[in-house]
Amino acid sequence: MRTVKTEEITSAVAQMCKEAAYYLPKDVYEALKKGRETEESPVGRDVLDQIIRNAEIARAEDRPICQDTGMAIIFVEVGQEVHIEGGLLEDAINAGVAKGYTEGYLRKSVVAEPLFNRKNTQDNTPAIIYTSLVAGDKIKIQLAPKGFGSENKSGLEMLVPADGVEGVKAAVLRIIQHADCNPCPPMVVGVGVGGTMDRAAYLSKRALLRPTNVRNEHPQYAKLEEDLLTLINKTGIGPQLGGTTSALAVNVEWGPTHIAGLPVAVTICCHAMRHAERVL
Amino acid sequence: MAEKIRITTPFTEEASRKLKAGDSVLITGTIYSARDAAHKVMTEALARGEKLPIDWNNQMVYYLGPTPAKPGDPIGSCGPTTSGRMDAYTPTMLAQGIKGMIGKGSRKPEVVEAMKKYGVTYFAAVGGAAALIAKSVKKYEVIAYPELGPEALAALTVVDFPAIVVIDSEGNNFYEIGQKPYRRL
Repeated sequence: MRTVKTEEITSAVAQMCKEAAYYLPKDVYEALKKGRETEESPVGRDVLDQIIRNAEIARAEDRPICQDTGMAIIFVEVGQEVHIEGGLLEDAINAGVAKGYTEGYLRKSVVAEPLFNRKNTQDNTPAIIYTSLVAGDKIKIQLAPKGFGSENKSGLEMLVPADGVEGVKAAVLRIIQHADCNPCPPMVVGVGVGGTMDRAAYLSKRALLRPTNVRNEHPQYAKLEEDLLTLINKTGIGPQLGGTTSALAVNVEWGPTHIAGLPVAVTICCHAMRHAERVL
Repeated sequence: MAEKIRITTPFTEEASRKLKAGDSVLITGTIYSARDAAHKVMTEALARGEKLPIDWNNQMVYYLGPTPAKPGDPIGSCGPTTSGRMDAYTPTMLAQGIKGMIGKGSRKPEVVEAMKKYGVTYFAAVGGAAALIAKSVKKYEVIAYPELGPEALAALTVVDFPAIVVIDSEGNNFYEIGQKPYRRL
């Protein structure tokens, strides 16, 4: 048994919240630069110039890339040989979110109850936390703060097996075209195929943890990612005001499903595909 | 890109009607930020027959909820939020005299109809360019509803705030115009 103290978790999460808000990951920055080179629309190129410049200012001056610093989505893998000392894991993570969002001058964007009262919790908690038990004596924490301009445009379709690959492509395209210019394109698109309704949605979120320049290790899914990217970049949506760079990448994750089902979920992320990671 | 047009506030119907979809502009003057919660509170106040905290006639609204300012800065990161969420309140707000809206994303047909009626222009700022946009904001002052935090109604003093006309007062839509040549499905 190895011991990890809750203070270490809180401190790491706080630091990650700030880091993710200020520093656009290198792969996303490079994808934006590449998009700027190939973009056919002059207005689109101007928008990409502003987005790239914005990422540079945010990094240089420790400022949030976007004012929507998001809801904190946290994937945590806990090794079965770790003993957590000092309290509950979820409390430690939420304490880190509150600390990071407060110290980092990040926007508090979470309401405690969604329908009747909608009162802001004032510290951006609670986070959305997905915990899984894994082998080993480490804790891996991945944070992907999620803005809701893009989250609101995400979607899900329950297809049937007969719909096949073409059905999946058509479903993803329907969701993207419905999202249109709204989710701050160029988008990064996470797709979850299989599982149940909720599992597909989870897979589509987890897909966004993979860098934009790494394709699925399964060749057929890697090809699906490339085909989907080509299709999405033919919609004309472009970098907000029309063009050929509608998405920077499509990441697909898949999972076992029922003989009767083919769930497809799409999580749309804006160009500010923020991410931070720590192993404790 | 074509030369940028400089506009100032107050922003009259006459000035608004001169702008065309696709025009790039730089806005200087005072603009007022309000988003979901402030729109709900304002339209509810109007329904009760109450006066609003500011006179919206010939003003511009910016759909925004900024991050907190760091010490010494006038404002934090401050890019546009999705305008469509305000559509339900917009015809009522335009009847108050608003002549310019700044946000991002598409609008419902009933909003465009109200824009044509009152001679209103809808501008887009680049979504997610929030640290860059902050450079054009010189002052941020909460005017009303401080309890709404980032959703409070506030006055922003801006100099050369960059935006593009996406829907003009005749209803021409640059999102549609801009996408068409690149739609190849």
